[in-house]
Amino acid sequence: MGVTRRQRALLVQTTLYVVLAAAVVALALVADWPVIRENFWNSGGIGWADGNWGDLITIGMVNTVKYTAIAFAGGLALGLVLALMRLSPVAPYRWLATAYVEFFRGLPALVVMIFMSTGLPIAFGWTPPGGTVGAGLIGLIMVAGAYMAETLRAGIQAVPKGQTEAARSLGMRPGATTVKVVLPQAFRIVIPPLTNEFVLLIKDTALLFLLGAAANERELTSVAKDFLTSGPSAGTATSLIQAALLYLAITLPLTQLVAWLERRQRKAVR
Amino acid sequence: MTASAIEVRGLHKHYGQHEVLKGIDFHVDAGQVVCVIGPSGSGKSTLLRCVNRLEEPSAGEILIEGVDICDRRTDLDEMRSRIGMVFQQFNLFPHLSVLKNLTLAQRSVRGRAKEEAVEVARQNLAKVGLSEKESAYPAHLSGGQQQRVAIARALSMNPDMMLFDEPTSALDPELVGDVLAVMKELAREGMTMMVVTHEMGFAREVGDKLVFMDDGIVVEEGRPAEVLSHPQHERTRSFLSKVL
Ligand SMILES: Nc1ncnc2c1ncn2[C@@H]1O[C@H](COP(=O)(O)OP(=O)(O)OP(=O)(O)O)[C@@H](O)[C@H]1O
Ligand SMILES: [Mg+2]
Repeated sequence: MGVTRRQRALLVQTTLYVVLAAAVVALALVADWPVIRENFWNSGGIGWADGNWGDLITIGMVNTVKYTAIAFAGGLALGLVLALMRLSPVAPYRWLATAYVEFFRGLPALVVMIFMSTGLPIAFGWTPPGGTVGAGLIGLIMVAGAYMAETLRAGIQAVPKGQTEAARSLGMRPGATTVKVVLPQAFRIVIPPLTNEFVLLIKDTALLFLLGAAANERELTSVAKDFLTSGPSAGTATSLIQAALLYLAITLPLTQLVAWLERRQRKAVR
Repeated sequence: MTASAIEVRGLHKHYGQHEVLKGIDFHVDAGQVVCVIGPSGSGKSTLLRCVNRLEEPSAGEILIEGVDICDRRTDLDEMRSRIGMVFQQFNLFPHLSVLKNLTLAQRSVRGRAKEEAVEVARQNLAKVGLSEKESAYPAHLSGGQQQRVAIARALSMNPDMMLFDEPTSALDPELVGDVLAVMKELAREGMTMMVVTHEMGFAREVGDKLVFMDDGIVVEEGRPAEVLSHPQHERTRSFLSKVL
């Protein structure tokens, strides 16, 4: 009698666990923990009163949230205009919006941001408002708007045609129908993907670091980067680990929220 | 002679090569209840939807109280606000409470003040027997209740006439009666109604005229009892033998 399928599966699983355990034990034994701690979680940087947390949170994290909110609001407004243009009965509006969306979705956000902060002043002698941060944010908004336009368009198109027909048959004008009947339902549909967009934007604000900013305008990544070479944990990677933790403190709850919203929506559809 | 409530002349409608309405002539007089029957795909919904121009007619004329609704100078939205429409799938606004469903267009189209709109809405909710549901959301109502709310929503615009597209076809059998009762009451009050339906009992009881459509044309029309008991055309006979 040979082994049954069940027994074989059990054997494979046990082997996998044993290998994993061996790897963990080997790592724990081989690794030089004091050195790792020294370099990645340096005692100089992790103190609450005298460590890196102060600037990381009150400057970096606060600005990251602020810039994300600005980019999100701007991108949403731009995206809404573009989405409505793409669904417009007027063909040139559709062409313009399609061209815009395809163009900016095809470019790295960083290219657009550098163009706004450096390229424009060189080419036209005109600087967008708000300094490099303002210029970078405008670039971010231009790209985010293209993505959000697609999300919103999908949401608007997911509202059943009967809704528009009911509103129009009551005599409501196209504009009122859009604003009072279609958009409120479309926004509900796109809350999960828009929250995702928000998470992506949080991470994209780190690109602002490459444009440079005044000390109190720095976002989280910039502050962490500066702590690599200055401050109590200089010369170690501690500040980057701290920044990573702070990013996760914002993004993880949001991604969980998205998952929850999506589960709830799937249930509501059934 | 005063104009008919609805007058359709030589109406054609095609989607690409596919001709759905092939020259329809018929009229609904003020206060009349006209029922439209016919097999699936015969063009009943298309005809009804042309009457308030949810579908664009390909050719022909549609006069509402003597006014050509395809004329560029006609204010289509104003005309539509006087033509109530009830859909097979109810099409209530799911993000609004029942009361808001009834006041939205009153305020946005009729420009009524909030108090007045709410007052009219409550009257119509009472009429369809759903006063206690005014703060409920559509998702929490049964199909029959939703359809009665949809009727109340249309009535809140004080329309001159009502169009119904198979208002009971999406309902569980035990809920059909409540909706039909509301419609009979409307008919009794003298509302002008055009009703696409498979409810032959309703047509016989409250209909002033029965129109049988098949393959994009009106095959025959007449008093409901007459058409149902003594159909003149073979196509009508074979259709009725299947549904009665
Ligand atoms: N938007 C459209 N594009 C193309 N064809 C259409 C469209 N709407 C309706 N049709 C076609 O027109 C014909 C008539 O449709 P209509 O909905 O008016 O029929 P009906 O009599 O209401 O049928 P039912 O009893 O099934 O509701 C059908 O063959 C249908 O496929
Ligand atoms: Mg139909």
